Amino acid sequence: MLELTPRDEVCTRKALRINPAKTCQPVGALYAALGVHGCMPHSHGSQGCASFHRMFLTRHFKEPAMASTSAFTEGASVFGGGANLTQACRNLFDTYDPEVIAVHTTCLSETIGDDLNAIVSAMDIPEGKHVVYCNTPSYVGSHITGYANMLAGFVRNLSDKPLVGGADGSGDSMSMDLGGQASSADRLKSRTGKKLALFAGFINPGDMREIKRIAEEFDIDYTLLPDTSGVMDAPMTGTYQLYPAGGTPVAAIQALGSAKLGLALGETAAGPGAVALSNKCGVPEKLLPLPMGVRLTDEYLMALSEFASDDVPQCLEEERGQLVDILVDAHPYLDGKTAAIFGDPDTIYGLSSAVLEMGMLPRYVLTTSPFPAITKKLMELFEEYGVADKCLVKDSADLFELHQLVIQDPVDVLIGTSFGKLIARAENIALVRAGFPIIDRYVHSYMPLVGYRGGMRLVEMIAGALMDSLDRNCAEEDFEMVM
Amino acid sequence: MVQSILKERESSIIEAGSEHAVGCAVKNKDLVCNQGSAAGAVSQKACVFCGARVVLNPITDAFHIIHGPIGCSSYTWDIRGSLSSGSELYRHSFSTDMQETDIIFGGEKKLAQAIDEAVATYSPKLIFVYATCIVGVIGDDVEAVCRQAEQRHVARNGGMGLRVIPVMAPGFSGHKAIGYKLAGDAIMRFIGTKPYPRNKAHGINILGDFNLAGETWIVRSYLENLRIEVLGSLTGDSSSESLLCAREARLNVVQCAGSSINLAEKMQDILGIPYIRVSFYGIEDTVDSIMRIAQTLAAQTPGADMRGLVSRAEQFCLRESKRLNDALEPYRTRLVGNRAAIYVGGGFKAISLIRQFRELDMDTVMVGTQTGRPEDYEVIRALVSPGCIVLDDANPAELEKFMVEKGADILVGGVKERPLAYKLGVAFCDHNHERKYPLAGFVGVENFAQEINRSVNSPVWRYANKRQS
Repeated sequence: MLELTPRDEVCTRKALRINPAKTCQPVGALYAALGVHGCMPHSHGSQGCASFHRMFLTRHFKEPAMASTSAFTEGASVFGGGANLTQACRNLFDTYDPEVIAVHTTCLSETIGDDLNAIVSAMDIPEGKHVVYCNTPSYVGSHITGYANMLAGFVRNLSDKPLVGGADGSGDSMSMDLGGQASSADRLKSRTGKKLALFAGFINPGDMREIKRIAEEFDIDYTLLPDTSGVMDAPMTGTYQLYPAGGTPVAAIQALGSAKLGLALGETAAGPGAVALSNKCGVPEKLLPLPMGVRLTDEYLMALSEFASDDVPQCLEEERGQLVDILVDAHPYLDGKTAAIFGDPDTIYGLSSAVLEMGMLPRYVLTTSPFPAITKKLMELFEEYGVADKCLVKDSADLFELHQLVIQDPVDVLIGTSFGKLIARAENIALVRAGFPIIDRYVHSYMPLVGYRGGMRLVEMIAGALMDSLDRNCAEEDFEMVM
Repeated sequence: MVQSILKERESSIIEAGSEHAVGCAVKNKDLVCNQGSAAGAVSQKACVFCGARVVLNPITDAFHIIHGPIGCSSYTWDIRGSLSSGSELYRHSFSTDMQETDIIFGGEKKLAQAIDEAVATYSPKLIFVYATCIVGVIGDDVEAVCRQAEQRHVARNGGMGLRVIPVMAPGFSGHKAIGYKLAGDAIMRFIGTKPYPRNKAHGINILGDFNLAGETWIVRSYLENLRIEVLGSLTGDSSSESLLCAREARLNVVQCAGSSINLAEKMQDILGIPYIRVSFYGIEDTVDSIMRIAQTLAAQTPGADMRGLVSRAEQFCLRESKRLNDALEPYRTRLVGNRAAIYVGGGFKAISLIRQFRELDMDTVMVGTQTGRPEDYEVIRALVSPGCIVLDDANPAELEKFMVEKGADILVGGVKERPLAYKLGVAFCDHNHERKYPLAGFVGVENFAQEINRSVNSPVWRYANKRQS
């Protein structure tokens, strides 16, 4: 498949992008919007955009992904898309009855200069319904930027400052029925009586469930935004729900202003949500990496512990001990092995940290849009483990370049999205699938990579891949039954 | 969730046997189709760029450079399962990955440089440059960049140079079918407009087959066994070299008319190559197509050999349909009485599928297409049983509504329809880019029956809550 990749040298390119490991902002915005209950994501652009994004998400999640489109024509591109958007929202409320429409832009509507604020302000929105929006120019950043922008858009458009007197979290302000995830009696009677605003990075529904479970073990009253669990992993019931049971309730987003802390998991994708909440409602923000592996999960737990003014629950202590036990068991097969890690900034940082804990070397770490903060943090991580001279961070590269690097100096395992399978096949290297998108396997979106349990799964997948390679490729006399 | 139908959509849905559009009393004899989607629609339909890309992408040794932000390129990377017997270049994703500065200052320089880098890294003979939405708006002169690139690299390929062909396909400039037309124009631009001497013409081209799961190879093998020379396949498993030979053909056979009828018409008008529409899906249509190809060729050049061709074709078709009729019998007993729903790209495929389900003793209760033409819908309405829903450019809510109302047991569709069907407890067969087995030709008939049976009668449904019909 990749036999045309030059093997003798790494050629430099400035203009031609070959085999990207990223895609454009709107698909990220669409995914974020699907994590809000009763929300119809709306693509303000040509009809093809929404179609591509839905296909892309469906290929990863194996679930229907709804979104509507402004269906730009040549006329709209010349005279502006305001009329299209207004008509689209009217049609959507009439026909699909969403609680909220989440509009994101595209390269087209951005370039012709549609002013979403003006268009939405002038709209006649039915009582009790909402239209939120954000700008997602496809020529800036990646799908991660779009995801972050949509989170910030929800907060800016929906979250309110608490009424005077309600800000002290004195019980009564928490008694509103939020429906869905935050409404259970346990949550409302939580010991702390104060609310945590949790922002999730670009992760799978399985990860979101794990993040929520951990917060629940602390008995913390939280709202997770977005929450694609129960939406993009909805069970088979024999009926099709346009708006599945899951997703963050609109009322919970509106109430975020009364939270005591905005905790973002994934600085790049989730951070801007927490920052927007701080800017609009004065809720202090705390930005953490995705909780992957031991240490980054520790950081999440410590933040929860501090917030709840409580010790880490025994069951989570136990899980941590199990993960460490597993790391010790498996280290003879992992130590010194090299990995090439590629994907989204928060994900590659979490994976790099986890891989280093396993005693492995993240030889190449690659993301295709520059996110300087993550690059800097990766370098600090490598310094700390004393491997900075052996690891290469590429923050604006593509998989063609990674292939060339791997040809020059091979690695033991590739960790990233399905797009890596071309390199895996060409160079006979195992691929461990992690990140977005995974379009050639099942179940991945249900199983977490975050938390200690996610850490166990990472060890299982990575050690399993390395040991499978060993079994397949070792000499007959080295083949072992017991490993 | 069963909603009412969008006002704008009412005239695009018809119940067979009735003269009225569904959901309104407006008299509506002709189904409205070939339109852009309504604003606010959850359309299953793609854009102009997508249409152009899917038709040209199977040209295996061509460079497909997407000039625009990264999305258009990443969504169409290896988008369809076209197989190649030669180069794998087409399965890469190439783009200019335009950034904000390119939007402000123009992307022409970057595009020129991208072409140069492609030429330096590989030695392409043919490059397609796709202009996406934004390029249409900022006004890059893509034509000029391509022309200049051809001039700059005129000494390449041993002095043969290379062709750099622009495909001006902003997504907003129409709908998917416009993209098909642009792809046809780009192919014409490559193969040239100089007619080949008709008296020297030989062999045929297969148009509108994209070699999904190797289907072009199957059709080609049937024709070659009948000693019909196949010059080119447009565009499944084609190369810059084989495309140039296509000029010499005496007949074009057009499989997917939606995507390739424009090209066939151009090749007829400009190069003098006549065409016929064919379909290699199902026994009935496959036999009919093979016979019409043989008869057309025989009529073109009367002679002993061509008479032989018709009888060879007859014998071949007779043998294969007899064999298949027997082979399908066990499937019929397992499938009889099941109801089919169809939502596919083109009208001709939908027509074949209705017939194919009939061969399996199954009734079709819903038929929709993305790009069907008025004449296709005429045929569809004549073919289906009364009560069958016929709809153009459907959205998921409509598909759900009618599948549930009509009690469909299986849906034939593409990637976006699969999870919808599964959620409803309805079996599914991908007849689009993600098909796993060839569904064309006689061998495809058996594969199709097998796939339908495998899904409809799978034990997984035992544990699923089947939709209430």
